Amino acid sequence: MASAAAATPMPGKSGANSLSRRLRSGDEVAWLIVVVFALSVLLITALLIAQLWIGSAASREKFGFGFLTSRVWNPVTDEYGAWPFLYGTVVTSVLALAISVPIGVGAAVFLSELAGGKLSDALTFLVELLAAVPSVIYGLMAIFTIVPAMRMYIGPGLKAAFGFLPLFQGPVYGVGYLTAALVLSIMIFPYIISVSREALLAVPREQREAALALGATKWETTWQIVIPFARLGIIGSVFLAFSRALGETMAVTMVIGNDMTVHTSLLAPGNTIAAVLANEFNEAIGAVHPAALIELGLVLFFLTLIINGMARLLILVTTGKGSHRG
Amino acid sequence: MTFRNFRRKALNNVMLSITGVFAFITVSALFLILAYLVYNGGKSVDLDFFTQLPKSTGEVGGGMANAIVGSAAIVGFAALIGLPIGFFTGVYLAEWGNATFSFLVRYMADLLNGVPSVVIGIFTWTVIVRPTHTASGIAGGIALSLMLIPIMAKNTEQFLRDVPRSLREGALALGAPKWQTIATVVVPAARKGIMTGAILGIARIAGESAPLLFTSLNNQFWSNPLHEPTASLPVMIYSHAIAPFDDWHRQAWAAGLVLLVLVLAANIAARWIMSRGQTAARG
Repeated sequence: MASAAAATPMPGKSGANSLSRRLRSGDEVAWLIVVVFALSVLLITALLIAQLWIGSAASREKFGFGFLTSRVWNPVTDEYGAWPFLYGTVVTSVLALAISVPIGVGAAVFLSELAGGKLSDALTFLVELLAAVPSVIYGLMAIFTIVPAMRMYIGPGLKAAFGFLPLFQGPVYGVGYLTAALVLSIMIFPYIISVSREALLAVPREQREAALALGATKWETTWQIVIPFARLGIIGSVFLAFSRALGETMAVTMVIGNDMTVHTSLLAPGNTIAAVLANEFNEAIGAVHPAALIELGLVLFFLTLIINGMARLLILVTTGKGSHRG
Repeated sequence: MTFRNFRRKALNNVMLSITGVFAFITVSALFLILAYLVYNGGKSVDLDFFTQLPKSTGEVGGGMANAIVGSAAIVGFAALIGLPIGFFTGVYLAEWGNATFSFLVRYMADLLNGVPSVVIGIFTWTVIVRPTHTASGIAGGIALSLMLIPIMAKNTEQFLRDVPRSLREGALALGAPKWQTIATVVVPAARKGIMTGAILGIARIAGESAPLLFTSLNNQFWSNPLHEPTASLPVMIYSHAIAPFDDWHRQAWAAGLVLLVLVLAANIAARWIMSRGQTAARG
């Protein structure tokens, strides 16, 4: 025992000695460098939250929590309320999900259950490229395709079929909630499909084989066994897409119509938080108007924060992936 | 075959076909966008587009030379700031990280990644543009770098962690200090993945316009990006698309096509780098 201890020089014989050796080897310096960079990320994010909080002070003090529910947005009288924008943001995003989730999950089922490995990977790559297309290009496309189509065909068609519902009444301008939702639904496909596909692929093979062995058809296996098994991951993908849709700016700004009032009709023009920020922030003067806009930014930040947090949690629980490396 | 089984088979076929149709719809969206842009933009991309300044309102012709150079400058600033910060943060998280501090850094980076781009623009306006009273290309670059940092950090961490433990142990066993092990063995082993991440990150921010609306604004003329409002392709597309002039729309299509081709090329190049020698990066 004693001879073995003598033969191997024990590391860290004394604290000071070890520290000086590590300093000389450069490890402490390297550590210091990377930790400063890591700290800067922490500080930037903290500063962002602090700036939004401080910048919105004038508005928060003047309007309090009534800001969230007030329907008036009037720069002339310096009165501001977030309701029309909150409403527009949530309505367009939820509508986009309603269109995108069935199609996206359906496509994910095809990619994980039916398409072979190579084909599935290639198609998934193409779908993921949709996420790389800049938002302003979606807006440009939409102005010249979806907007005229909505004005001439989709809008009048919906009015003819469902005109008795308050959701599809009034004049059709082409721009509005439904147009924005359609554009958003295409933009969020890649998030739903690629995360849902991962969740479906993570379902153990035995689950499928057991169901098939009992005589279930491929569809029954998928619908009753595979999808329920992967449901948390799928829901996670939906939340991820939701948070993307909430914060989407350019494409929505270009087709939402910038109307400052709340409309029941989905065919009517409206506004979202991101759109009003893009439109008004440069022209905002005085103390309260910029502060009110910054407060809108703060509201949007918290909204996406909550939804994003839920998405990450669900994806983490199911696939063991995500930021915290399960 | 009983009626029940016939119905089950039919349902099976119908539903599986529907999923195929959905997959087709989503994949074709990309090709529709590409085809429509090529059709409209192809007619308008000419030499003038790359060499001329925008003409004043209502005049026909001109190009977006200043926006192309401006975009390059803004994205260059963003890469200069964002890539090192993101890279070293990723190195810290993968190689040193102690539990509490790492968790906090990772959480904050995720938070930053989730911040809507328009809010990034407002934040940069409050800390850079308002105090200095100047909108500039560099302010735009700082805004974009804030989006690049979390992407780069996360990606670097991921690929460093994928480097096999045995490589590290080999270097350490030869007596190399930790920093030397990381700099000469671990990072080079993960080189491909890290580079791919950097390309994807830059492609992602190059198409962003929302953070630039309040920070670098726009410009019809040549400008010094260090202290003057600077034109960029995404903001130009926005301002031209919502204007009521046909010739401006034509220019917007041209700019859209150029931007999309650059972004997609970067994405495909990144994919190609990864597919070559994936074994070296993944171990």
